[in-house]
Amino acid sequence: MNKRLLALLSLLVIASMALAACGAPAAEEPAATEAMTEAAPAATEAAAFECTDEFRCVEIAPGEPIHIAYWGVLSGADSSLGEDSKRGVEIAIDDIGGQLFGHDILLTTEDGGCTPEGGATAAAKLASDTSLVGLIGSSCSDETVGGIAAITNAGLTTISPSNTRPVLTDSARGPDYDGYLRTAHSDAFQGKAVAEFAYNFLKVTKAATIHDGSAYAQALQQVFADEFVKLGGTIVAQEAVAKDATDMKPVLTTIAAAGPEFLYYPVFVAVGGYVTAQVRDVAGLENVYIAGSDGIFTADLLKGGGPNTESMYLSSPDFSAFTGDYAGFIEKHTAKYGGSTLSTFHAHAYDAANILFAALEQVAVVDADGTVHVPLKALRDAIYATKDFQGVTGNLSCSASGDCGAPVIAVYEIVNSDPASWNPASADAPNPKKIWP
Amino acid sequence: MRTSLSERFLDLAVSVFMWGFRILIVSVILFGTISTILAGKYTSEQWIDFVVQGISQGSLYALIALGYTMVYGILRMINFAHGDIFMTGAFGAYFIATWLNNIGFIDGNPLLGLLIPILFAMLVSSSIAMLVERIAYRPLRGAPRLVPLISAIGASFFLEYAFRGFFGPGVYAYPPIKALDGDWVILGVGIQKVQIVVAVAAAAMMAILYSIVMFTKTGKAMRAVSENKDTAALMGIDVNRIIVSTFAIGAAMAGAAGVLNSLMFRQVNFFIGFVPGIKAFTAAVLGGIGNIPGAMVGGLVLGIFESVGPSLFLEGLGIPRPYQLKDAIAYTMLVMILLFRPSGILGERLSGKKA
Repeated sequence: MNKRLLALLSLLVIASMALAACGAPAAEEPAATEAMTEAAPAATEAAAFECTDEFRCVEIAPGEPIHIAYWGVLSGADSSLGEDSKRGVEIAIDDIGGQLFGHDILLTTEDGGCTPEGGATAAAKLASDTSLVGLIGSSCSDETVGGIAAITNAGLTTISPSNTRPVLTDSARGPDYDGYLRTAHSDAFQGKAVAEFAYNFLKVTKAATIHDGSAYAQALQQVFADEFVKLGGTIVAQEAVAKDATDMKPVLTTIAAAGPEFLYYPVFVAVGGYVTAQVRDVAGLENVYIAGSDGIFTADLLKGGGPNTESMYLSSPDFSAFTGDYAGFIEKHTAKYGGSTLSTFHAHAYDAANILFAALEQVAVVDADGTVHVPLKALRDAIYATKDFQGVTGNLSCSASGDCGAPVIAVYEIVNSDPASWNPASADAPNPKKIWP
Repeated sequence: MRTSLSERFLDLAVSVFMWGFRILIVSVILFGTISTILAGKYTSEQWIDFVVQGISQGSLYALIALGYTMVYGILRMINFAHGDIFMTGAFGAYFIATWLNNIGFIDGNPLLGLLIPILFAMLVSSSIAMLVERIAYRPLRGAPRLVPLISAIGASFFLEYAFRGFFGPGVYAYPPIKALDGDWVILGVGIQKVQIVVAVAAAAMMAILYSIVMFTKTGKAMRAVSENKDTAALMGIDVNRIIVSTFAIGAAMAGAAGVLNSLMFRQVNFFIGFVPGIKAFTAAVLGGIGNIPGAMVGGLVLGIFESVGPSLFLEGLGIPRPYQLKDAIAYTMLVMILLFRPSGILGERLSGKKA
């Protein structure tokens, strides 16, 4: 009995390993084979259109929807970040009447969970869907690091509204990133802005940082540290915690021993909340300035961090520097969802979706019967060729390495720790309130 | 038993290797510790802070570990859904505490504002644990040991995602008790009130549990069932009833831990049970699984090591960002214990039948 059970178990283990090993290539295969079968009938049937695209063409028959996808963090502590961007995409779809070339737009969503593994799973699933024409996402730089290869290799292109890790749009980022652009700023700007704020505005010279091991936080705190040292300050401690850690007092005690005046933790919501809630209880940190960044620019931070969030600083894209009709966007947002925006990148998502639609309009071929053909390589090239696009966040032009954002960073101060008071877009009683520059 | 020369040589080689390994570990830790202390970065107040933080976190681990260890003691099964039972308690307490807070009750009666959520959380956790036992474990009582284990993992996921479905993926903020802000000064050292309350409450819960097990009829029956189910049944003990009460009592401890955890860390979320559950399981094994005082000792030791370890010996070894390795300390301890003292700190050597 026992031996048979053991044999059964080992068989199961072997089978699951074999399945796991096959999993990765299997995700790409259907994309490749179906692409061929799809291109062939298009060439024979419709004399009007022949797919000469280097990748493949997506064909949308009359009555079928134009299929785009949003991938990002939709569960867990950071779901506000992803949900906020998703709303931006939905508003962009509403704005063009929910239709392109007379076809409805179908938006599917995939959760990446703000981790590399989650991003890889979401991307593999989307990459195997041959009806997709383009993607918006991801939310967290980690998701992109994990998933971008699958998307690029499937011939698809994604525009991220909120990834800020600098290396994602570096000129040496590698061919896997060919299908990746973003409307968010690079943290090369954000880290520098926070360093200047701390050194020039708060006039502090000793700073400490904490990161949570994520691609985003690790890079951002390092940019900050380098810029802060360049300005003449000293970094007295650079610590890190696990993403699922809850007890921050030991690490804060270690930081207190180094005596910083400014504590910067550009992390995500869970860790950000725990650090904020515990920081004042540690001897030596009662009066230290605390600051975070766009990853925790959400009312959820106030829930997790409690009263200590009052007078905390957060860096974020500068809403008042948006050159487009941001007030109009907020009106639509309020009408559709009610309440305040959830995080900072809704307008970037709106712009990303509109860049995608504009590129689609340029390259798609519409037959007399209403069939739409979308050549994917041409679509990708058209997105890269975006120039002087009048978005909400600014006048956007995409660089050869995928940077489309107009990076203007501001520092906001939380003036009220009640989550219900969160409303950065309010004109009379904004919370958080812009204080720099 | 006669053994051949080569077998004896192998035995010797193994024990030499194990001893070498032990000495290596101890000397690495000693080296790190001494170089940290020589560096003199921390004041003695800061060392006391580290230990106090470790004790309050450790007493939470201990409370949760009790549930693991009691169920193991009786059923020889690892109840992996126990961490999520802890989460359900925290959620129950969150709702009642928020309500009490909104009507201004907590500010007026801080003691009752602490006790009512704890009692309610214990009730919620116990009820859910009894349901889980009835639905997911009892039908599998006679099955091979892997089967209830897998069922427990399933129950764990079910609880997590059921709560996610009901209450969403976001974070809830547990209302703070204002009377617990600030420090109490004990022997000239300021210690946060919350930490003291958590440690004292945990100690009280454990004392109650210990007296239930040692001095009541139910406790006696539990020990009898744990010794031998069939014989206990012959003696007229209702085994099913005893098993259910074991689950209920263990879950009540976890529910109370859920409230104390929320008081310390504020955030309540459908996933908060996962990591503490695993840590508490580690603590239970560390102390000797199946052994109640062992779970308490294991929890405290684990909490203190996690809190003191990174700054005490990892920093001295020149490891950058040592707090990222906090979990590594916990799990390395687990491996060490399994290698060198499989029965745990206080565990008795399990006989073949029990193990």
